[in-house]
Amino acid sequence: MKKLHYSELWCSSPRYWGGLALLAFIIALGLGSAYYMEHHGHWVTGMSNQVVWGLPHVFAIFLIVAASGALNVASIGSVFGGPMYKPLGRFSALLAIGLLAGGLVVLLLDLGRPDRLIVAMTKYNFKSIFAWNILLYTGFFAIVGVYIWTMIDRTVNKHYKMVGFAAFFWRLALTTGTGSIFGFLVAREAYDTAILAPMFIIMSFSFGLAFFILALISAYWWAGRQLGELRLTKLKNLLGVFIGAVLYFTLVYHLTNLYITAKHGVEAFVLLNGGIYPVMFWLGQILIGSIIPLFLIYSPAFSKSRFVISVASVLVLIGGFFQVYVIVIGGQAYPMSLFPGKEVLESSFYDGVVASYVPTLPEAMLGIGGIAVAMALVAIGSRMLKVLPESLEDPEDECA
Amino acid sequence: MGKHDDQLDMKRREFIGKTVLAAGAATVAPGILLTVARAANETRGVTSAVRWGMLIDTNKCADDCTACVDACNKENGIDLVQRPEGASDADWNAQRPQWIRKVKLRDMATQVVTTLPMMCQHCEYPPCVDVCPTGASFKRADGIVMVDRHICIGCRYCMMACPYKARSFIHQNVENQLVAVPRGKGCVESCNFCVQRIDAGNTTTACQEACDKAGHKAILFGDLKDPESEITRAFKTHNSRQIRAELKLNTGVRYIDV
Repeated sequence: MKKLHYSELWCSSPRYWGGLALLAFIIALGLGSAYYMEHHGHWVTGMSNQVVWGLPHVFAIFLIVAASGALNVASIGSVFGGPMYKPLGRFSALLAIGLLAGGLVVLLLDLGRPDRLIVAMTKYNFKSIFAWNILLYTGFFAIVGVYIWTMIDRTVNKHYKMVGFAAFFWRLALTTGTGSIFGFLVAREAYDTAILAPMFIIMSFSFGLAFFILALISAYWWAGRQLGELRLTKLKNLLGVFIGAVLYFTLVYHLTNLYITAKHGVEAFVLLNGGIYPVMFWLGQILIGSIIPLFLIYSPAFSKSRFVISVASVLVLIGGFFQVYVIVIGGQAYPMSLFPGKEVLESSFYDGVVASYVPTLPEAMLGIGGIAVAMALVAIGSRMLKVLPESLEDPEDECA
Repeated sequence: MGKHDDQLDMKRREFIGKTVLAAGAATVAPGILLTVARAANETRGVTSAVRWGMLIDTNKCADDCTACVDACNKENGIDLVQRPEGASDADWNAQRPQWIRKVKLRDMATQVVTTLPMMCQHCEYPPCVDVCPTGASFKRADGIVMVDRHICIGCRYCMMACPYKARSFIHQNVENQLVAVPRGKGCVESCNFCVQRIDAGNTTTACQEACDKAGHKAILFGDLKDPESEITRAFKTHNSRQIRAELKLNTGVRYIDV
């Protein structure tokens, strides 16, 4: 087996700096949007007292969920001892940090009072899942940071396994926390179910791996390095398994609700007659995000095409985005049942009617800015740290 | 020579130390004195010997009357919140703060129509308090659930968690506000049983007062722990219920005939 050499991402200047400048421009637009929303107040957004979490939350939750999943490649290498995955561990951990930072930036800048970050960091109500999450997120940065350190620095490499285990359990806790933000809400019918926590974990496997595949292919293309087929095929097949797992959890979630008569209304809303939401579910999550990628991944005709693997990963991300959108926004748009057995004739506060939400451009720009933050951090990190092997050509003496 | 210098230095240090101490005392003392002095005048202390609650008789709630809503808006400075220029009717209605709202219902089986005011139900186990990351959403010893707007970060998780849609987020700049009811862009707020009146020794809320004045007497506010209070006696003689009672939040607001 050839010895692996890691080196910083060192591309020709225009390609690297040009890419970074583009990301900086997108980040600037996102920051400008955040300033615009904070300066005027949230009335300039589509959010209201009816739909209180909007598009920025969809982006933030999507990125945070994907972050913990991006770490999986490293976990497979260290916790489950997959030799093919081990060389990818450093980059996987860096991507996880980048995605989490991107998501958190969006979440923070959408607060009503982002200037009170210090309050959020110093005052804790330990019954709040949000408070747990603040600790889980900061802990994730710390543990994954140390994880990268143990992978890069030989003097601390002896702790690599232990830190790898810690990071793996921490990422499970983190996604459980993210899913429980919704799972523990009794007020709304679409939430209030424990399955959301494991479902978010399995979603993170899928979204995180899709992000990872895309980032890896881009980085090797950017740097003009060799990326072997064997590893990509393994990653691609794993992605297929994760897509199937997400579908399974989605099925169980809806079957459970469909069995409970009280939840027939919200199920019909999401699956049949809820306007944009059933379209997003069937077309976005199921067709674009699951069925087509599954076909692309497992069809023998495309099994070796790098382009097709990239397309499948992009589709998984698009479908995942719609899935989070339906959960976050759809769950709020469906009216709360305050008075079962009665219809609301009049209310100034939209009781009993489907809440409307039309996202605005600044909200979208803030969210896209978060993705750019994640990508920029990964680009800068890969240039500063030795996270990417110089060559990932297929090993000759290893069987797949 | 060196020794002499040392002694001089010691005096200098002592002098600096005492000056800083004196300046510190002069800065802090007035604050402490003012706070203590004010506290002595204003606070009788919030005690768990009291639990404020409300009983709403929907039979007495008039269909076309909005006296309670108007009175609340005035008492809590909600009428001072200005509609942002360019906001559409639909946006304004969805985004403006509403602490109390009138809801008109029809029973799907019997066709009976009911009207009632909805507001924060002041739960004994409030989900909004559970989820608030900073503890800004809190319940006082006397059962009033409210928001500490000094530490609210505007995350809106309480609004996600409230089963009664009782909370409002301030979506716009605040130009005018009442001294007793502070309000800030980017913070969440809701009915607090006119806490400024209660703490000043009043025993009615603005909505009850207005409803009484309008001649309906549909709202009854009082101490649920006082066996002699009007509300406690009314609870004994009327069949009342909680909205979403299945959540077992033990609300402080109850309704007759819903």
